[in-house]
Amino acid sequence: MFNTALTLADLGFLLQGALMTLAVTAVSVTAGTVLGIIFGVVRNQVGPYRAAPLTFVLDIFRSVPLLIQLVLANAFQAIAKLGWAPFTTSCVVLSLYTAAYCTEIVRGGISSVPPTTRRAARSLGMTWWQDMRYIVAPLATRVSLPSWIGLTLGVMKDSALVLWLGLIELLRASQVLVTRLQEPLLILLICGAIYFLISFPIARLGGYLEKRWSND
Amino acid sequence: MFSYTFHWNQALKALPQMLDGALVTLQVALLSMVIGLALALALTACRLSGNRILGGFATAWVEIARNTPALFQIYMAHFGLGNFGIHLSPYTALLAGIAFNNAGYLAENFRGALKAIPDTQTRAGRSLGMTPVQAFRYIVLPQMLRIAFLPVTNQMVWAILMTSLGVTVGMNTDLAGITQELNARSFRTFEFFAIAAVIYYLIAKAVTLAARLLAARMFRY
Repeated sequence: MFNTALTLADLGFLLQGALMTLAVTAVSVTAGTVLGIIFGVVRNQVGPYRAAPLTFVLDIFRSVPLLIQLVLANAFQAIAKLGWAPFTTSCVVLSLYTAAYCTEIVRGGISSVPPTTRRAARSLGMTWWQDMRYIVAPLATRVSLPSWIGLTLGVMKDSALVLWLGLIELLRASQVLVTRLQEPLLILLICGAIYFLISFPIARLGGYLEKRWSND
Repeated sequence: MFSYTFHWNQALKALPQMLDGALVTLQVALLSMVIGLALALALTACRLSGNRILGGFATAWVEIARNTPALFQIYMAHFGLGNFGIHLSPYTALLAGIAFNNAGYLAENFRGALKAIPDTQTRAGRSLGMTPVQAFRYIVLPQMLRIAFLPVTNQMVWAILMTSLGVTVGMNTDLAGITQELNARSFRTFEFFAIAAVIYYLIAKAVTLAARLLAARMFRY
């Protein structure tokens, strides 16, 4: 059982894969969150009818499997001769995917701020921007942050799918090792443990914040 | 604009084949949901039992299912179990992986729903002479299922989307698998996958709509 061909260099290879997972996640979540905040505010501002096209497009990203989205985007960039590396394609797709979910979270956060509070701000002479910045943003963040943490972790886990485009992230790295060493259980367990170690503490933080910040 | 000629006809000719695949996709998703719901109820019962071993087991299951990628869980079922001499077919591995994942998420949904039901109701039931099982079965469970209905339908949509991961372990009968096979034969990647995306979208929307109608009928006061 404990005779294994796994060397320290192989573990390093796995950690490199984990770094790739984290890099894809960091880029996608950052870009996706910025887009999500913009889309969320726009959707809230223009009302449901005029925002319908945006809602529809974002809904597509949530209703089509991520794997299919990745393959489609990769085929598209080849057709359009954009010459994107798999890393770029993965980040673009995952960013839009994140933005689609983040929009919902931001919208929910904004609509959780009572309209009376916002009207009070405006009647004190605050501009729309000041109202957003000093009244809505702090209150909405309280509501949205736990879900946003959940989304970030979701994207981290879903980023495993970019292996289909040939990017060597954590899961793909462990698959490479499995093919070479033929010890699937051990290597997959290590891979799972790394995912778990990244995800679990942050999930707990999210749960804590949710409990701490809930109104009841 | 592009020097690429789209061949939609060729892709559309394969539509019947892909729709057959969509049925397999739905079948896997439904089965995984049924198994997942049963397991989730069992896990919830374990957590409520007060037994530390059972509770710990349930918590471990839920945390592993929620903190590792679904694809990892499918890999585990397909490659990992080989160490114990268990060799699952892609279909079984996919089903096992998604059911494991569903069970974890659904158990967490149930826990949230249970928290929303005041303890006093159970106590009221108990003081009316109900046994603990009766109180759970007739007072808590119906309300729990009602509160958890929306998250459960969300999980169903997730299950449909997750079935597409089967292609990575060699599944070739579901929608993603058939699409990939057609793609490997013709290299019309964009056309085939675009059609697959439309089918997935329609299935997801149909399921959401059906769930909404069902909820409107079932949960009328």
